[in-house]
Amino acid sequence: MRIKEDAMTMRLVLIAAVALLTSAPAVAADDALTIGFTVSRTGKLNNDSTAQMRGFELWRDELNNREGGIQAGGKRYKVNFVSYDDESANARVQQLYTRIINQDKAQFLFSPYSSGLVATAAIVSEQYGRIMLTTGAAEEKTYKLGNKNLFQVYSSADLYLAGAIQALKELNPGAQIAFVYKDDPFSKAVLQSARKQAEQAGLNTVLDEAYSPETTDFGPIINKVISAKADVLLGGGHYPDGATLARQLYDHKAGLRWVTLLVAPDSPNFATLGEAAIGVSVPSQWEPQVSFKPDFGPTAAEFTQRFQAKYGIEPGYHAAGGYTAGLILQHAIEQAGSLDQAKVAGVLNNMGVTTMFGRTKFSTNPKEHGLQTGHEMVLAQWQKKNGNVVKEVIWPKSAKSSDMLY
Amino acid sequence: MEGCSPSPPFSAGAFQVAGIIASIIDGVLVGAVYGLAAMGLTLIWGVMNVINLTHGAMIVLGMFALYFLTTGLGLPPYGAVPVTIGLGFVFGVLVYWIAVHRVIGRTHLMSLLSTFAMNMVLIGLGTALFSTSPYNVPVPLSGVTWKGYTFTGTHIMAAVLALVIAGLLYLLLYRTRIGKAIRAVADNRDAAELNGIPTTQVLSFAFGLGVALAGVSGTLIATLFPFTVLSGGAYELKSFIVTVLGGLGNPAGALMGGVALGLIEGVTTPFMPVSWVPIIEFVLFVFVLILFPRGIFAFARS
Amino acid sequence: MTAQESSPAVEVAAPRSKAREWFGAILRQPFICLIALVGVAFAILPLWDDNVQLRESLLLAAVYITLASNLNIVLGYAGYVNFGNIVFFGLGGYVCIYLVNEWQWPLAAAAVTAGISVSLLALVFGLGILRLRGAFFALATIGVNEAVKAFVANFEPWGGATGIYLSLDVYEPLGGPGQALWIVYFLIVAVMAASLFLSYAIKTSKFGLGLLAIGENEDAAAVLGVNTPRYKALAYSVSAFLPAIVGGLYFFKTGIIEPGGAFDLTRSIEAIVMVMLGGIGTVTGAALGAFFYEEVRGVLLTTEVFSHFQLVIAGLLLLVIVLFAPAGLMGFVYKRWPRMRRLLQ
Repeated sequence: MRIKEDAMTMRLVLIAAVALLTSAPAVAADDALTIGFTVSRTGKLNNDSTAQMRGFELWRDELNNREGGIQAGGKRYKVNFVSYDDESANARVQQLYTRIINQDKAQFLFSPYSSGLVATAAIVSEQYGRIMLTTGAAEEKTYKLGNKNLFQVYSSADLYLAGAIQALKELNPGAQIAFVYKDDPFSKAVLQSARKQAEQAGLNTVLDEAYSPETTDFGPIINKVISAKADVLLGGGHYPDGATLARQLYDHKAGLRWVTLLVAPDSPNFATLGEAAIGVSVPSQWEPQVSFKPDFGPTAAEFTQRFQAKYGIEPGYHAAGGYTAGLILQHAIEQAGSLDQAKVAGVLNNMGVTTMFGRTKFSTNPKEHGLQTGHEMVLAQWQKKNGNVVKEVIWPKSAKSSDMLY
Repeated sequence: MEGCSPSPPFSAGAFQVAGIIASIIDGVLVGAVYGLAAMGLTLIWGVMNVINLTHGAMIVLGMFALYFLTTGLGLPPYGAVPVTIGLGFVFGVLVYWIAVHRVIGRTHLMSLLSTFAMNMVLIGLGTALFSTSPYNVPVPLSGVTWKGYTFTGTHIMAAVLALVIAGLLYLLLYRTRIGKAIRAVADNRDAAELNGIPTTQVLSFAFGLGVALAGVSGTLIATLFPFTVLSGGAYELKSFIVTVLGGLGNPAGALMGGVALGLIEGVTTPFMPVSWVPIIEFVLFVFVLILFPRGIFAFARS
Repeated sequence: MTAQESSPAVEVAAPRSKAREWFGAILRQPFICLIALVGVAFAILPLWDDNVQLRESLLLAAVYITLASNLNIVLGYAGYVNFGNIVFFGLGGYVCIYLVNEWQWPLAAAAVTAGISVSLLALVFGLGILRLRGAFFALATIGVNEAVKAFVANFEPWGGATGIYLSLDVYEPLGGPGQALWIVYFLIVAVMAASLFLSYAIKTSKFGLGLLAIGENEDAAAVLGVNTPRYKALAYSVSAFLPAIVGGLYFFKTGIIEPGGAFDLTRSIEAIVMVMLGGIGTVTGAALGAFFYEEVRGVLLTTEVFSHFQLVIAGLLLLVIVLFAPAGLMGFVYKRWPRMRRLLQ
């Protein structure tokens, strides 16, 4: 009967709700250091965000298991993580970081993945005055809003395509460039700088188009690229659109001699594109083949091996960035000898070190505090070696593992 | 590295026109698939006055069906098409009995909400099972190149199949008994009931059919581009636009509406930044809703 | 359900005292005291022990209560399914943030301007799409939302697809970030209370009666003399005012606004779920539904076990309500305790 059903249902709903609402939150243990962050377990950024999280976790596990925790001021602190799913959405990031700071009482923060989400998290961390190591975030605007507690691990967006432009200038100064990129904070920031750099290098721009993040059919835009008679394409966005663009460029026989896409080709999944992946290059924050001599922490080879042992796949730069964020924070706390925000920030501000990730130095200019000034990017390209499709470093010349394909 | 094409011997002016024509043809090809997707939506809407907000999730299920059938069972990509139709149908009937049956005849809000709730459940389960990583089904099919522009084999095949399936639907609706029953129920449910037609079963059949169409269009789309669990949303919105263009309940109109939408996208893209196209689409959508509630292709109702 | 019974029989000519009378009559209703109590509770509870986490949680609840109660005016009273109701929230946010960030307007002025301008825009849109009925109207509201989102994403003065990032010194006029967050919170609570009051005032007024008649049977209402186009347009426009203001306040607090988050269709539909959950057409229902839904969702998101299934659980909840308890929470309450129907509108 309708009335009975209504009543029964409402009772059940109410009971369920009360049960949920009264479930107690987790309590942090003593002598433990709590680091908080969000991961995009669901949503479009899931692919790369998970890689970043694995970097964090590998660092934490090695730290706690091999060294027993961080040594600061005569005490050992085990590292605990507090993390939530941000659903790749700004609103959640906002809510969750507020919770992480106020309820879970995290002492330090890592950022979410992707410039857009990090911008949101940064506002919260600044509102409450907590140090946040940002990784997976290249856009500079975030650091120009007057912050005091942000520290960027990645090279910023304006450097992304600098390497590719340099390489092109050498290979073919008369190249006709088409800029085709995703309409989102990160990609737009990268491409804005790239346009200026191309102009300065004297290269021709024949097309400049942003596509909506929802785009799945790049046919129309590729036709425009063909109409413009471009031989080079620079752009892309994140994984889903980058992979699709690469595949369709191949299917449409667009006649390009050089394609550089952001983010997507760095993922090991990109290899599934087979023939379509050959020749596509990607600006990378880090590749397993780099050979920096670290001041502390593992070398790139050691990190790659440990990561592969734990997760069964090769690490990309997202994972490396995550691991490095942990390393840097650990080093800063150890040097400061305490967990005090001001002291640790002081160490970070003065830091100039090299890790497996490369050189790290943060800007202390208040107008762009925290911007990464020491790190350089490399350019990697998918090539065919011994019948396999693999990723090689092709630029800068000092770090390369293979020659460029043009 | 990438396939090199010889530089065309035409002047830049002619090349521009060729570019526009290529864009239009491309648009029409994809439009046929949009039309197929919308046909499922409009059929359900026309027959039982329910806007199926699980439409997007059904498209996604069709996409995943292609993935699992080709990688798991090793079926050839286009062989998966009939399988998806069958699976989609069965699944659609299931959803009908779970979420739709009780809300038929109630206010629009109820069916909107119940199908939306079903959508949330499906997408939530899909996310939990498959995460939102992209999946890709490579379909090696050479295309047709013309004046430097390539029409991929997959696009052509998808459009052809969309037309074939649409044709089959037409045959079903107008040349079979069950089709007649569906049309009767769509026209006037009570009269059909009085004439001895088991309307509830017919409704569930029609719903299954609508979902099958959505699913198979997802399968076809998956041969064209990579997809994620969340890909359905965009196609659902496009399906709304197409349905409105074609007039609700009018499958032929939906196909034409899809082609029209593809045409519009193809025509406008060469002349403006691609990111403006959605504005045009949605403004058009609202205008058509207000000015042509019966759809622009209403005359095509047979 | 009208307040007419308590007004005196004597005809008062001057409109000012008529308004004062009406106001006085309204204030004597116990429900108004209830609304005031809720508002005060929201304000005081987190202040009591400086509980920032509670404030955050209540802030979201207050925002959703605002959205749900205003949505109720069009959805619950007039029966028009406004699927794209979030467009008011987003536009209000953009106008307010733009004025504060680019033109250094004080927050209150910017928020009120946002409210007024979005209301006027809603009037314009409304006149166009309110001729449509049922599902067509619902789809049109989605179209409006998506068109506005696509437009804003291309509109450079508003940051295009990147959006606007508030520079941190906008908090200075309010006494720094910490204090600013509290002030914004109180403002949002005030807007929430105003929404509940507005929703109730409309329901118990002649205007509301007209809307309810439209909801019952629009054609009959028209025949009986209700000016349906004007009423609908007014309702749509009025239902945009407070959500626009709360949007401005919310995004001020968030510090960043971009098209995807401002015009999020899912959030729009969640507002509808809240109204349904609580009991469509009732003021208390909208408030309770919003509160419940937001709290449950927040808990689900942060519990390890459930976070992967949060969408599934929310969907199941909605499905169960629609299929088995469409009158929502208040429907259940009214059946169980019929006397509540008078008290808890």
